[in-house]
Amino acid sequence: MSNGEELGLFSLVISSGLLITGLLFFIAGSVGMLRFPDSFSRLHAVTKADSLGLGSVIAGLMFYCNWWQNLLMLLIWLLVLASGTVSCQLLARFCKTKQDQP
Amino acid sequence: MSLLLFDILLCGLLLALALASMLSRQLSHAVILYIAFGLLMALCWARLAAPDLALAEAAIGAGLTGALCFTALARQGQLALSPVLSWQQRCWPALFVVVTFCGLLLALLQLPAQPGPLPALVVQNLTASGVSHPVTAVLLNYRSWDTLLELLVLLLALIGTLQISPAAVLHRSWGLSRSWSRLLAPLIILLAGYLLWAGASQPGGAFQAGALLAAGAVVLKLNQQLDWLAWRNIWVRFFAVAGLTVFTLSVLTVFFLAEAGSEPLWLRWPPELAKYIILLIEVFATLAIAIILTLLVVAEQPQTALSLARADKTEDIDG
Repeated sequence: MSNGEELGLFSLVISSGLLITGLLFFIAGSVGMLRFPDSFSRLHAVTKADSLGLGSVIAGLMFYCNWWQNLLMLLIWLLVLASGTVSCQLLARFCKTKQDQP
Repeated sequence: MSLLLFDILLCGLLLALALASMLSRQLSHAVILYIAFGLLMALCWARLAAPDLALAEAAIGAGLTGALCFTALARQGQLALSPVLSWQQRCWPALFVVVTFCGLLLALLQLPAQPGPLPALVVQNLTASGVSHPVTAVLLNYRSWDTLLELLVLLLALIGTLQISPAAVLHRSWGLSRSWSRLLAPLIILLAGYLLWAGASQPGGAFQAGALLAAGAVVLKLNQQLDWLAWRNIWVRFFAVAGLTVFTLSVLTVFFLAEAGSEPLWLRWPPELAKYIILLIEVFATLAIAIILTLLVVAEQPQTALSLARADKTEDIDG
């Protein structure tokens, strides 16, 4: 299935809503990264918004794929979620030690 | 229409990132931009329906080269102290890139627009090659000479690097990054094994699997784990050379054991054995590539009588 016409109206509305929500999260994260004043709030904007945004995009895409692809996408999301969280923590710790040093 | 828009955006972003990376004032910024460029380049290869290249670009271009540049930066004491580059310093590499780009463009314009007879020939002879993926067939059967030389180039690069690499800068690593890299390790081994095996029938193969293994090993090494993975370990040396050795030995064996009736040819596998020869070569090549790429990033100069680090030290002591 590659186009939305085979979906029911209800699924189409939900999947489009999820996709748009995800994209809004991505845009918010990017704007936050560009506009926020210090590293910690920038990290917060990027990782939190992107984890949720990617989750919404994947949930929206799940209407179009079979169960195997859905499982793979779910695993990818979990991996990105975990790595994003860990790298956010590591970067924040690095910034904290930098801040405390001088 | 939307795909065209995506392609135009991708090309524009690639050009912008390349320029920004070449012209950025700080070396660390240049490296970060270059990593982003590598990721977008992988996306480009995926759009051009070349998933093999996309995998290799994502693993090597974006992942390993980025780590390589960062560790190199960390080891340059002087440059790290004065990281801001002057206008002239930034222009020379840009000039070099522009000249190379013009040369490539000239070469590209001379290529015929139609595909030559080679793709059809590859598909026609695929059954005799031992694998069912055309790219692997080209890399390890029709043009295995190239792969052999690539392994040799990698080994030479490592040997050169070992001679001149300055001492690694040791950082204390956090428990979080240690446990995260340990958690990722089995996943990476699993994925690398899958890529290696999948190379026979789908995009994948020794280079991608080796690069992935190396990425995992680099993360572990940067967290002060995997102490045995160093040039001083005799088994590491053995497997670093084994990729090339196994390749050469199988070429020689096939050449000398060829049937009397048929004319023996260099780098030609007999069709009934091709699958096993390719598998053998790929397994050892994967290990060799993984070890060589890892050591390129985190190598420490061996303490031999001829090493430069040692010469510096003795000079210091003398002075």
